[in-house]
Amino acid sequence: MTEINEVPSPFCGVGTDDLTIQVDGASLKVINNGCAVNTPAFEQPLADTQPRVNGKITDLATAVDKAAAILQAAKQPMLGGCATDVNGMRALLALADKTGAVVDHMSFNYARHNLLTLQDSGWMTTSLAEVKNRCDVLLIIGADPESFAPRFFERYLWTDAAMFLENPAQRKIIYLGKAPSGRASTSPEGQDAQVFECAQDQLPEAVSVLRALIKGRPILAESAGGIPVTDLELIAMQLKAAVYGVVTWAVTDLRFDHAELTVQTVCEMVKDINDQGTRCSGLPLVGKEGEQTANQVCGWTTGYPARVSFAKGFPEYDPFLFDSQTMINAGEVDAQVWVQAFNVNAKPLSVTVPTIVLGRSGMAFEQEPDVFIPVGTPGIDHAGHAFRMDNVVAIRLKKLRDAGLPSTAEVLTAIERAV
Amino acid sequence: MLIKLTGGTVYDPASGIDGKKQDIYIHEGRIVAKPIDDVPVDKEYDLKGKVVMSGAIDMHTHIGGGKGNIARLLLPEDHRQDPVIRSIITRSGTGYVMPSSYVTGYRYAEMGYTAAFEPAVLPINARQAHMEMADIPILDKGGYAMLGSDDFLLRMLTAKKDQKAVNDYVAWIINATKCIGIKVVNAGGISAFKFNQRKLDLDEKNVYYDVTPRQILQTLATAVKELGITHPLHVHGCNLGVPGNVDTTLDTIQGIGGLPMHLTHIQFHSYGTEGDFKFSSGAAQIAEAVNKHKNITIDVGQILFGQTVTASGDTMMQHANHKHAHPDKWVCMDIECDAGCGVVPFKYKDKNFVNALQWAIGLETFLLVDDPWRIFLTTDHPNGAPFTSYPHLIRLLMDRSFRNDMLATIHPEAQKMTTLGSITREYSLNEIAIMTRAGAAKIIGLKDRGGLGPGNWADITVYTENSDRQKMFEKPDYVFKDGELVVVDGQIVHTKWGTTHTVKPDWDASVENGLKGYFDRYLTMKLGNFKISDDEITEDGRGSLTVHPTKGGSL
Repeated sequence: MTEINEVPSPFCGVGTDDLTIQVDGASLKVINNGCAVNTPAFEQPLADTQPRVNGKITDLATAVDKAAAILQAAKQPMLGGCATDVNGMRALLALADKTGAVVDHMSFNYARHNLLTLQDSGWMTTSLAEVKNRCDVLLIIGADPESFAPRFFERYLWTDAAMFLENPAQRKIIYLGKAPSGRASTSPEGQDAQVFECAQDQLPEAVSVLRALIKGRPILAESAGGIPVTDLELIAMQLKAAVYGVVTWAVTDLRFDHAELTVQTVCEMVKDINDQGTRCSGLPLVGKEGEQTANQVCGWTTGYPARVSFAKGFPEYDPFLFDSQTMINAGEVDAQVWVQAFNVNAKPLSVTVPTIVLGRSGMAFEQEPDVFIPVGTPGIDHAGHAFRMDNVVAIRLKKLRDAGLPSTAEVLTAIERAV
Repeated sequence: MLIKLTGGTVYDPASGIDGKKQDIYIHEGRIVAKPIDDVPVDKEYDLKGKVVMSGAIDMHTHIGGGKGNIARLLLPEDHRQDPVIRSIITRSGTGYVMPSSYVTGYRYAEMGYTAAFEPAVLPINARQAHMEMADIPILDKGGYAMLGSDDFLLRMLTAKKDQKAVNDYVAWIINATKCIGIKVVNAGGISAFKFNQRKLDLDEKNVYYDVTPRQILQTLATAVKELGITHPLHVHGCNLGVPGNVDTTLDTIQGIGGLPMHLTHIQFHSYGTEGDFKFSSGAAQIAEAVNKHKNITIDVGQILFGQTVTASGDTMMQHANHKHAHPDKWVCMDIECDAGCGVVPFKYKDKNFVNALQWAIGLETFLLVDDPWRIFLTTDHPNGAPFTSYPHLIRLLMDRSFRNDMLATIHPEAQKMTTLGSITREYSLNEIAIMTRAGAAKIIGLKDRGGLGPGNWADITVYTENSDRQKMFEKPDYVFKDGELVVVDGQIVHTKWGTTHTVKPDWDASVENGLKGYFDRYLTMKLGNFKISDDEITEDGRGSLTVHPTKGGSL
């Protein structure tokens, strides 16, 4: 039995890297600094380690050959999921390039709200250490950071020290839209967050009026999205009075049509504040299941985020057309590879076409895929790299145990060679 | 295997050879002397009438790291116009202004380049920079770690820590980030922007720290020198793009007091305020100062007309310039108490007075600086233009009549404001070889690259002599990388992986005591997880590390 310190997590998106994990053979126990997201993800027991073809246990070489044969026979393969580490994503893109596949990260329909904003008008953002040391006003729009990452407030807001704040406990936390699910946003001194609730589908209106107020436009209405305009004015004033305001949102919580327009309004508002002479930055809460990793690696390999088709021999990007689920439903795909090295519960939505799954050990299926290859989880079974939610920071994942599981990269490279 | 390159006209400034017919022998990746005995030649290339140089080295090009990837993700419409199809040998990808990693490697190699250096590696983003560069085929690569707006250094300077302590920190950073040089971008200015300062002059204090840009430059230039790092402190000066910044640049040169310093993309820092438009060329003053101060080296950061994207660590100036974004979208980011980045797409227009004069200022600088060993050919890719425009730039430098034809097409008021038309100098092939090969290797501190003498790695480019220098430099006949033939007639025929060049200056291990507390208290990553290990570069079996000596130090 050994204890490993300063373990980085690929699961929580915020790049927590202070976990202590006890390793006993193949079983892991988080001893220090666990949370509701990381602890179960690390402690998930090891299950099957052997590949299956048509439900029958086989060896890796046979499974790889079968996978290659499926891809070889396919006219339009799809590589979905894309939940892996940097090397896994590199191998996935190499396989896609060779087979003319479509690549689609499983969270892309959410990530798209941010990417469309980025690609249409850009944004001003910040990273977690700047939040920790500078943020004096945090506006949370339609999100619940503590359910996204349980230690978000503890690690980045309610810190013992901040370089540029006299008392980190006096930071102001404001919720617009959603109320917090717990008490993590309450300061160590007992100060509750300010909460301005509205219905989910009213958020676009409230955000638009907030931006108008920031810009000094006259507002005749008395309420917007069910929130009194005087309350929105209160938020605007606090952002303008902040030394270093931060505005955060989570695209997975913006469940209404064209949420990208709301993200864009938020991002343009942040720019407005900066143009008016006050610092303010956005902080998109994203990055679970290898999302940032997929978009970053696909970005430098193809120029585009992780929804790309190689069908024509070169990468093409279309944030709508290459939606894997839409393509499968429309019969435009005749084979799929699903890669999910982190989460046993994130399975391919549809297995109506020949399906190869590279999944975390323990993944159970209602309908057995043609090929199932259990792969190691980056940061548990092998070393690797993952990008944090703020994109600029890549964490070095550690190997904690040796359960004999191959990495995503090893399996995909073997399939690529066999095609 | 013994390869013989027979009868080419060799330009090898590293060995003092200026256009001499000479055979070159390659064995096991390196250039060797003519074998004494009758060792059979396995492969011979007849290079009669061909021009032979070592592989070109780009000493300042943004090819790896967060801001470049933001630039890529920002511009799908640019990539759509330049798809690159997969071949049996090569991976697919896209251009144009910020090409994908594989395309970056292929296009550089196809122009005869065999090494490229990323000049702005944010320490916290170094891992990403190396991972991106690991996906650039063929080229050798390396990076300069960016300091000067990092809170750790600014705290040290405010606390009046001694030079030795700073040296240890700088050495620790360069080791931890696997870099070969140290860069400063708008010294202290990226930090100042986080405190809402929107400009910062050379002697202006950060509102929080008791520190000026001048102090930062002096301290870091001293550290680089005392640590024996060959590459001088690589400086992106204050006030980038601001009319009148020529005075700041001259003051920066004066103020460094003889310490080695490299001023990068100096074109963007050579602006006066004369004329009807209060924008004029400071190139003559800059060139005079560079000619006089032998401790100074520069690269130009030439702009060329067309669409590009500017990607810089200088959030302060990028934010100030966002109103010029074309297309109108841009990104600024504050990063990890370390630095920042700003990405602003830009279209330089020959009929725009300011852009036209920027073009002329860059060329004036090239032509007025006497010593080609102290000036380097760059467009600050992609900031002034994509690197693929180098052959065009070389023709502008080597062909006066072509240059003057181009000059006649730019904004007429800009033509009046430049002395370019009266400058008769034309660069020689030898001078081009110095700027893009021997000089670049020397200034970076590459011990066995950039030359064709025995012992050097066989990075070799062969061109067909052509009076149209753009055509000549666009399409080499052959490019060898580590002795392997990778390009024939400007097309990739084989790919391989280059090495990552680094230095490892010594440092006092006790520096980690202070750093550990700082990381635990203020940063969001553990010190042990911050440091990049060797196996992160080498574990995939493609990457390798090459450590170059420090002056007066050991390997």
